[in-house]
Amino acid sequence: MVRVRPAVRALLIATVAALWALVPSVAQAADGPKIYGAVTAPDGKPVAGVAISATVHGTQLSTTTGPDGAFEILLPETGLVDLAIDTTTLPNGLSLAKVGDDKRTLTVISDKRLSVKLTAGTPTQAPTPGASAPAAPNAPPTNEGSPMLGQVAQLTVDGILLGIVIALGALGLNLIFGTTGLTNFSHGELLTLGAFTALVLNRLGITIVVAAPIAIVISAFLFGWVQNRVLWRPLRKRRTGLIPSMIVTIGLAIVLRYSILLVFGGDSQRYLQFAAQQGLQIGPVSITPKAAILAVCAIVTMAIVVAWLQRSRIGKATRAVSDNPALASATGIDVERVISVVWTLGAGLAAFAGVYMGMTQDVYWNMGQRLLLVMFAAVVLGGLGTIYGALIGSLLVGLFIQLSTLVIPSEMKTVGALFVMIVILLIRPQGILGRRERVG
Amino acid sequence: MDFGFVLSQSVTQAIGITAILYGLAAMGLNIQFGYAGLLNFGQVAFVAVGAYSVGVIVMTLQLSLWLAIPVAILAAIALALVLGIPTLRLRADYLAIVTIATSEILRMVVRSSALEQWLGGTSGLTGKMGKEFHALNPLPADFRLPFLTWTRQDAWVVIVGWLVIALLVLVTWLLVSSPWGRVLKGIREDELAVTALGKNAYLYKMQALIIGGVIGAIGGVFWAVAKGSVQPDGFVPDVTFFAYTILLLGGAARILGPIAGTIIFWFLLTFFGEFLTQAITAGWLPFLDITDVAAIRFILVGLGLMLLMVWRPQGIFGDRRELALDGR
Repeated sequence: MVRVRPAVRALLIATVAALWALVPSVAQAADGPKIYGAVTAPDGKPVAGVAISATVHGTQLSTTTGPDGAFEILLPETGLVDLAIDTTTLPNGLSLAKVGDDKRTLTVISDKRLSVKLTAGTPTQAPTPGASAPAAPNAPPTNEGSPMLGQVAQLTVDGILLGIVIALGALGLNLIFGTTGLTNFSHGELLTLGAFTALVLNRLGITIVVAAPIAIVISAFLFGWVQNRVLWRPLRKRRTGLIPSMIVTIGLAIVLRYSILLVFGGDSQRYLQFAAQQGLQIGPVSITPKAAILAVCAIVTMAIVVAWLQRSRIGKATRAVSDNPALASATGIDVERVISVVWTLGAGLAAFAGVYMGMTQDVYWNMGQRLLLVMFAAVVLGGLGTIYGALIGSLLVGLFIQLSTLVIPSEMKTVGALFVMIVILLIRPQGILGRRERVG
Repeated sequence: MDFGFVLSQSVTQAIGITAILYGLAAMGLNIQFGYAGLLNFGQVAFVAVGAYSVGVIVMTLQLSLWLAIPVAILAAIALALVLGIPTLRLRADYLAIVTIATSEILRMVVRSSALEQWLGGTSGLTGKMGKEFHALNPLPADFRLPFLTWTRQDAWVVIVGWLVIALLVLVTWLLVSSPWGRVLKGIREDELAVTALGKNAYLYKMQALIIGGVIGAIGGVFWAVAKGSVQPDGFVPDVTFFAYTILLLGGAARILGPIAGTIIFWFLLTFFGEFLTQAITAGWLPFLDITDVAAIRFILVGLGLMLLMVWRPQGIFGDRRELALDGR
């Protein structure tokens, strides 16, 4: 086994490298994504003259439906889009299915089709959050205009992709927690820093395919290894308690976040390559090639990390330190070295998550902070300090967030995930894979 | 460079409305974190509950402000129960995660479009929420000192604010010097020892969470009355961490710690911000823009929080022996 290991490792590294190299061949430059679709009356006839506007990052774009009821809005960039339908332009006697349907927020990464079916009479009351889906007769406008199943498939894919990003962050979070006991509230900023390191390299003229791995390595060293060396090791030497350390991470998060804001400004930015990519339609599911390739890279990376933890000497030492630092130290394991490795690895994984988010969405100053609580939810769900727990928890949280939009408004999807975390703490505080003793 | 203006602004902020709001939030934290050792990272949720109670009762339901105050207190108690039941038996880091998550849940629910007709969505509620409070204003005119100017309304809020703080300081003092307060400190130092003596640590921690939350909600009531508007994005987690910085600056587990903290904190922060603004306007710092000042202020707060925690966890007036802060 031991003799085969280097070969296996080389093979895996080669696979990752090959996948990175694949990115340009599949990807193609295109305009920003578009939102398109049609507005129809209950009898299926098109409705013309309905004003629809989309706002993305402060830029408002408006259009009205043509004689065939169709509309199309070309977005300058991907991101969160606030879509508004002007209800005053609807014909008399027709209205949207529900109150609140006139405004919605969509995450548009690739082209999105939106079918709006009007109903006769006045709209019904929008459901309150957490309530079940509205009754069938006044069906809400559906994505793709396809049956429920297609939407479920799309959301499942979206959920898995989100889960992978969360897992990249949560894995590092859990490794650091496991070995040092520190709950790192500045872990979100490690994502942001990774994404911005890649952005800087990208702006210096390095294509993102090359810049991304370089940025991950730089981040791992600079924001992981150096951070541990300069900040956390001295604090451990001073025997700073866990609660003060937690508050230090809060302070650090604020310093890093607003330093990024100061240096790079508050606008969303994007990498120069593959900014907008046409989605590939596979059956009912649409996915951009870059997202698919990044997801595969991430899965391979995480598989390597898990294999490394299980098989390698330092990986085993890491697990030993997670289990019992004092005992590990007594058996001759260099605990400080393990912690150093874990910080480097954690920051590298977080930087990967940041680049992933940056490539599929935008790069902005508080992107990591927005994901922090979701990462915590994943970690708590899976079990604080457990490796597999972080992975399973992340996938579940990602799926939950996306699939919950079937029944609750999409603006509330994070709320659902955080709420589930609290419920989990009530019924199984140690998480799915956690051990009881960790909690007390 | 107009130093007079910089100084007068700093003094105004140090004893003004902002200092009162944050002082109240930090006083609540002092009971929870300082005395009971509870790492509540969601204090802003209590402030939001207080502020929105006023907003909803007065603006949405068109009822009296005097009804809003007991509602705010009841809502804060309810929130503390909801927060405490799942988490108070767990370790400190779980409480931290759940409380910060709850504050974000609350903010996102409040800004959702589903509840817009009651809570005003992202733009919140605006209007004369303090009408009945200002009707009692006995001040004849605006309040003017050589370096300090408040409108008649602001001066009234400030006076009542400091009176309320004085009252709550008295209550805190009575509480923490009572046997109840000693049990609380005991829990902070060694929960098992207190449990072994037959005290129900869970119950005591819950009471501390409730009392601290209610004080935070009173801060929220002042927020709504003084500003005349409540907006969801005013209640981000950063508010909680400002309150932590204030508490740790003044000294946790000291009755007057949060008061001293809020005055010093807002004086320094305003002084620095105004000084920087003037320096930039005067062209001394050509690489900076006026809009950068806000970010720099935040960086300063973050740095302050880190440095305090590392080098002087007891703050300015605290006692290191009182607050070992090593509990896991």
